[in-house]
Amino acid sequence: MPDALLAVDNLSAWYGEAQALRDITVTVREGETVTLVGRNGAGKTTTLRCLIGLHRQARGRIALGGREIATLAPHRRARLGLGYVPDDRGIYATLSVEENLLLPPTVGPDPWSLDRIYAAFPRLRERRRANGTTLSGGEQQMLAIARVLRMGARLLLLDEPTEGLAPVLVQQLEALLLEAKRQGVAMLLIEQNLRFATAVADRHYLLALGQIVDELTSEQVRERSHQILEHMGV
Amino acid sequence: MRVQLRHRLGYLTALLVALALPQVIYPGLALDIVVWGLFAVSLDLLLGFGGLLSFGHAAFWGSAGYAAGLAAKHLGVPFPVAVLAGVTVAVLLALPIGYLSIRRQAIYFAMVTLAFAQMLFYVTNEWRGLTGGENGLQAIPRTFPGLTLPSGSAAFYYAALPLALLGYWLAWRAVHSPFGHVLVAIRDNEARAQALGYPTRRYKVLGFVLSAALAGLAGSLFALGHGFAALELLHWTTSGLVVMMVILGGVGTLWGSVIGAAVVLLLRDWLSTSTLTLAGVSLKDAWGVVTGVIFVLIVLSFRRGVWGTLLQLRLPRGGSRPAPRAGQTTAGGPSAADGG
Repeated sequence: MPDALLAVDNLSAWYGEAQALRDITVTVREGETVTLVGRNGAGKTTTLRCLIGLHRQARGRIALGGREIATLAPHRRARLGLGYVPDDRGIYATLSVEENLLLPPTVGPDPWSLDRIYAAFPRLRERRRANGTTLSGGEQQMLAIARVLRMGARLLLLDEPTEGLAPVLVQQLEALLLEAKRQGVAMLLIEQNLRFATAVADRHYLLALGQIVDELTSEQVRERSHQILEHMGV
Repeated sequence: MRVQLRHRLGYLTALLVALALPQVIYPGLALDIVVWGLFAVSLDLLLGFGGLLSFGHAAFWGSAGYAAGLAAKHLGVPFPVAVLAGVTVAVLLALPIGYLSIRRQAIYFAMVTLAFAQMLFYVTNEWRGLTGGENGLQAIPRTFPGLTLPSGSAAFYYAALPLALLGYWLAWRAVHSPFGHVLVAIRDNEARAQALGYPTRRYKVLGFVLSAALAGLAGSLFALGHGFAALELLHWTTSGLVVMMVILGGVGTLWGSVIGAAVVLLLRDWLSTSTLTLAGVSLKDAWGVVTGVIFVLIVLSFRRGVWGTLLQLRLPRGGSRPAPRAGQTTAGGPSAADGG
């Protein structure tokens, strides 16, 4: 079995007095895709924000490639290969598509070249001079993912990439993430769309009230999808 | 291509205007426009691109002015060396001030920079032996190895212009470099820039120091050009005036700041010789009121400032970048693609 790329051990987080995460333990192996599934407010986004270091009120161990990163500043974690794509995609409106792509520093052993990015995302090549705001939601999502791939991230942290996307774009995104996965990129993604989640991911953590309540394979998710959807309140 | 050509024509025109300026208006005023313009550009670099409103930029303009003056007067160094001394002092002050003040955001940042500038003002006032206190530093020579430039003539203007243009170029270069993009990224969303791998504080300090260096360059040229350094250089109203120039011209447009500086200075010059009276008050004495009214009118009717509004009118819809960076499009949007 491949080694753990990301090992999160007993991660807890607070918003002031309120505890948002309780002893989260999550593992992502090299090249693996893992989802966090759960209803709104379960702590999925908080988990990702703790991993990249944007939520500071947290305790617990986070190891990336065997290195303890829980005390590092966000920019150091990014430079160690974490590629965070927030739920608002994080595209800079005042920069062009290409400037957005070239914005982050390249890190890690395998940063994607612009050519490789444009081969995988032909739409971005067409629109490379357009500015961030003129992109559709789907294009923004593609750009946000392309940006962290160009950076050379080893582990993508994706916060609901399919949210608000038309079905045809969800399909494109699926093909794209599978392609990135084939290239060895690991992913931890938040997903409400179970069909999408089971199509791209290997394992799934079920989150409720800030705790991991179950760990499932894609098979199990498909079998129990009704129960899970009910649990998520969808 | 068309866009690039238009940009080149723009820069060429600006250069011709800069060269002809002392022939059209008197040289002292021409120099004021060029150096205050650079001062305003330095502030816009920080405000428009870094999103940091410094309300203490007089600290760098003034300290550099004094340092350049002292170097020229007591050490007798040639004028470019005196300018270098001014810039160096501005940078040395900006390092600790920037390091401490960027820890705060928005109004608190503005207040911290103001506090530092006020401290510097009082120190300069009290340190009479060195600075001349309220009398300031008088009769600063402008030495070139082998010759002394006469004051009041256009000679110093043309000697100072290359240095000022260098400053403008540096500002332009910084904004269009990857460094400039990171600054904009921090302005738009600091946490996001951190998550993309940037130590944002270090970049903000760097931006602050660069801005202070340009303000120092402008202040040095101003003090040497006028032959004196007075306390007014460090006064908080100087910090306020330069903020006003930037806002008048258009925040985040870089060149708009020069327009803003020119508008304020030409207006002040025109009013100071004006014989107009309004309700028994000579407009001559009411410079502050008149500029205030114009400021309010422009801000209310052109939210993006003079230059920002012009750019917005000219640029094709949807194609180019929205303000506050409208001025920096080198080849943006579909129009560029069509042209090529």
